[in-house]
Amino acid sequence: MSEKTKLRVATTSLAGCFGCHMSFLDIDERLLDLLELVEFDRSPITDIKHCGPCDLGIIEGGVCNAENVHVLREFRKNCKILVAMGACAVNGGLPAQRNHLDLRDILEAVYETEGGLARGVHIPNDPELPLPLNKVHPIHEVVKVDYFLPGCPPPADAIWKFLTDLLAGRTPHLGHGLLHYD
Amino acid sequence: MSDQNTFLLDGEEIPFVPGQTIMQAAQAAGKYIPHLCWHPEFKPHGSCKLCTVKVNGRFGSSCTMEAATGQNVENRTQELDDKRRTLLQLLFVEGNHFCPSCEKSGNCLLQATAYDLGMMTPHFDHFYPDRPVDASHPDVMLDFNRCILCSLCVQASELADKKFVFVMGGRGMRGRKIIINSESGKLGDTDFAVGDRAASICPVGVILRKRVGFAVPYGERTYDKAPGSALEAAK
Repeated sequence: MSEKTKLRVATTSLAGCFGCHMSFLDIDERLLDLLELVEFDRSPITDIKHCGPCDLGIIEGGVCNAENVHVLREFRKNCKILVAMGACAVNGGLPAQRNHLDLRDILEAVYETEGGLARGVHIPNDPELPLPLNKVHPIHEVVKVDYFLPGCPPPADAIWKFLTDLLAGRTPHLGHGLLHYD
Repeated sequence: MSDQNTFLLDGEEIPFVPGQTIMQAAQAAGKYIPHLCWHPEFKPHGSCKLCTVKVNGRFGSSCTMEAATGQNVENRTQELDDKRRTLLQLLFVEGNHFCPSCEKSGNCLLQATAYDLGMMTPHFDHFYPDRPVDASHPDVMLDFNRCILCSLCVQASELADKKFVFVMGGRGMRGRKIIINSESGKLGDTDFAVGDRAASICPVGVILRKRVGFAVPYGERTYDKAPGSALEAAK
């Protein structure tokens, strides 16, 4: 067993659908190779709730509410290298398609005026719920991001190529077939 | 053929016929100069600036500049591709380019060019402009969220179809747009037809035929099979 220190990696999904994390799991048995090189800090895989000092942070999803901002800043503070993974983290993605609409109008339409709602339903206002932001932002508009891995989701092979490049100390390079915005 | 007219493109001799632009000569020789608003069937518009090259050390649009002997043209250099990538990033943040939900994805020249130039992020802050969608026509819909103002639809409708359906109008970053030449401003009130040249000229996902979206699966679309640089150079 090698005494080599493993790199510590944290991952999270903000305003995303966890599709990028599913694609990450699609690297299949290569996960075992990856685990020879890294150990996971905060991630849906470990269920650790807060991010500690890490070498690499991988963010899925854009920033749509106050909690997203806190989590993103926690990652930036703790991670030496921060990666935006997937269309939503890179350009806001599908959630950002609400950006040209008024937030109150959307909430009223969804919770008060749409048909099929139960009587007396209102816009949720529980203090436990993070407040939505007026606009959805890609993560580079909130913190400095070191690398971008586009795709909706990025294919498993693109994630593998990206991570192995990065872990080997190379600038990640995705050629034709791996670089996709969709 | 020692008296043949040639210029140098990235160090390689390219023959040209007097009157040809650098772009036309490069294209005829199967060389790729990145471009968006240029199309072989129409007059150069010179607006996207993606085809900017350095001719004897000075920047110029290769789609409008005539080829001449003695020209030393730099094309795919790190410096020029870096500038081209920045132009693409500006286009991506100015409009609403959400590739995952766009019917044109995989067949889009803007997207393919961005892949070729290795654009990993739009980099700048997004405008997220509020732009209209026009679904008034029975066979074609318009989604101006993706318009890059290349003006190819204007030229195709005017020169090939003789219909003048599209007009470029307005001023400034947010005001400039394609206007539909009908009293209502709607495509459904023009004589535009799905068989028009203008209906298939759009390099991005603005002019879309209805009822055929997503018919070709991921992996089998135009630029899934080969990069835009290879396909455009072979045109």
